[in-house]
Amino acid sequence: MSEEVEVDPVTGEQTTGHEWNGIKELDTAVPRGILIFIIVTHLFAFGYWVLMPAFPIGWTYTKGLLGINQHEVVEQALVQLQDERASWTQKIDQLPFNEIQADQALMTNVRDSGRQLFGDNCAACHGQDARGRSNYPDLTDGDWLWGDGSPEAIAETLRVGINSGHAETRMAQMPAFGRDAILDRQQVRQAALYIYSLSHPDASTPENIDQIEGGRTVFADNCAGCHGENAQGDREAGIPNLTDQYWLYGGDLETIIETIHGGRAGHMPTWDERLTPTEMKTLALYVHDLGAGAP
Amino acid sequence: MAELFHRKIERTAIGFVLAIIAAASVGGLVEIAPLFTIDDTVEDVADMRVYTPLELAGRDIYIREGCYACHSQMIRTLADEVDRYGPYSLAVESQYDHPMQWGSKRTGPDLARIGGKYSDVWHAMHMNNPRDVVPQSNMPGYPWLATTPLDISVLPAKLSAQRAVGVPYTDEMIANAARDAQGQATPDSDAAFEAMERYGEKTQVSAFDGITTQVTELDALIAYLQVLGQLTQAAYVDTAAPEAMPDEDPAGAPATQAEQ
Repeated sequence: MSEEVEVDPVTGEQTTGHEWNGIKELDTAVPRGILIFIIVTHLFAFGYWVLMPAFPIGWTYTKGLLGINQHEVVEQALVQLQDERASWTQKIDQLPFNEIQADQALMTNVRDSGRQLFGDNCAACHGQDARGRSNYPDLTDGDWLWGDGSPEAIAETLRVGINSGHAETRMAQMPAFGRDAILDRQQVRQAALYIYSLSHPDASTPENIDQIEGGRTVFADNCAGCHGENAQGDREAGIPNLTDQYWLYGGDLETIIETIHGGRAGHMPTWDERLTPTEMKTLALYVHDLGAGAP
Repeated sequence: MAELFHRKIERTAIGFVLAIIAAASVGGLVEIAPLFTIDDTVEDVADMRVYTPLELAGRDIYIREGCYACHSQMIRTLADEVDRYGPYSLAVESQYDHPMQWGSKRTGPDLARIGGKYSDVWHAMHMNNPRDVVPQSNMPGYPWLATTPLDISVLPAKLSAQRAVGVPYTDEMIANAARDAQGQATPDSDAAFEAMERYGEKTQVSAFDGITTQVTELDALIAYLQVLGQLTQAAYVDTAAPEAMPDEDPAGAPATQAEQ
């Protein structure tokens, strides 16, 4: 191993001593700027190791002098968020619905925050405009399946859901009269015609009056127990009014037959654990507000 | 001295290769090895459940269809995320995910807590054609899932494979995997009660796609989506997320939080 040091006469630098076909490589030092950069980044890394959680040591790890913990950081940020909103959320928590509704400044907060909450949680089913679609009720039309449409009733539906997993869930199920052979095909068809004629008086013609009268009997024997003698349902039990123009699943004859045949059991999730009481109250007010003065 | 050492190691081929391997593995050792030795990397919670066979099959469909390419399953420790999606994800929640589905690409929303947020009917409609329920959605439809029967004969093998990598499935669970999958999608059947006995009473038995006569891939996928974030309550118990206060007096919640 030769240790000869050769100096390049042009640059005055040493060569590495390697030679390839007469070409020799200069042993130039790392440029000062890059060297300083490397030193600085190493110092930064070292400082980071000391200050922040960094190194595993057996069954634990170095926690760092600053004691920073991501979980605590986010918790503080959440508390700060809550504090920022506290000026109006505390009023939402404490005031009854009618007083909140009377406070226009507070309702502005409700509309802003409610719109966000509705978009994140409710819009997937009810639509961003809350007008619903087949299977998912329109929340703006003032026609309610459960409760009287007051903010209190809406808040309760949000809290417990409908046919949900909540212990106090609102429950309503329409039996499958056709599939479970409670009624035969003829009876299903007659009942459907009768129900259709309730909201469409024109559908009653001399040709099908016998069918409709047969349906009236089927209805009285099988459906009136829940939907009532006059078919106007019961909002306290989530039983729909069959005499109006509002249909959750569709009000044409085919869909009514399908409903009687296969039964229905809508599902609204419970929001009790997913949303805070403040958020549910805000949403109830927001949804009620969409109906613009409906009861 | 250092000069001489370098000169020496540089000229010893095998020695130099070993030195490179040693240097390159430092990163891996520092990042991966502690996961096996440090006790609090994965939280110790008592109520953590395993996926049922049907949910596990749904998880494989989720991976097969590439859902992870647009959906993450990781709520990060950022206030905005917790505000929108709920308590941040804990390591224990993906303890039985092999491989985990955390992801980082969010063309669609995070799904870590999607379980129970929407109804089964919504999921069925949404999978058939997302625009039927969310008009502005750009997610593709997956209509074939509803018509493709689930291959339940492979479920015992799937469970065994999961057990081989540490998921505590019992011999009984493996032997009855196919029956349990069918039971979970058939409410009120004997098999459903057996599945609940084996996997706990929190097991969600449902018709999922609305049809009980056949277990389809859609049943499996909905069962999986409905259990996301539901395997343990730990995230709601150990964190300061606002949703984490089921036992607290509602009116007092903000004040208590501010005191922390």
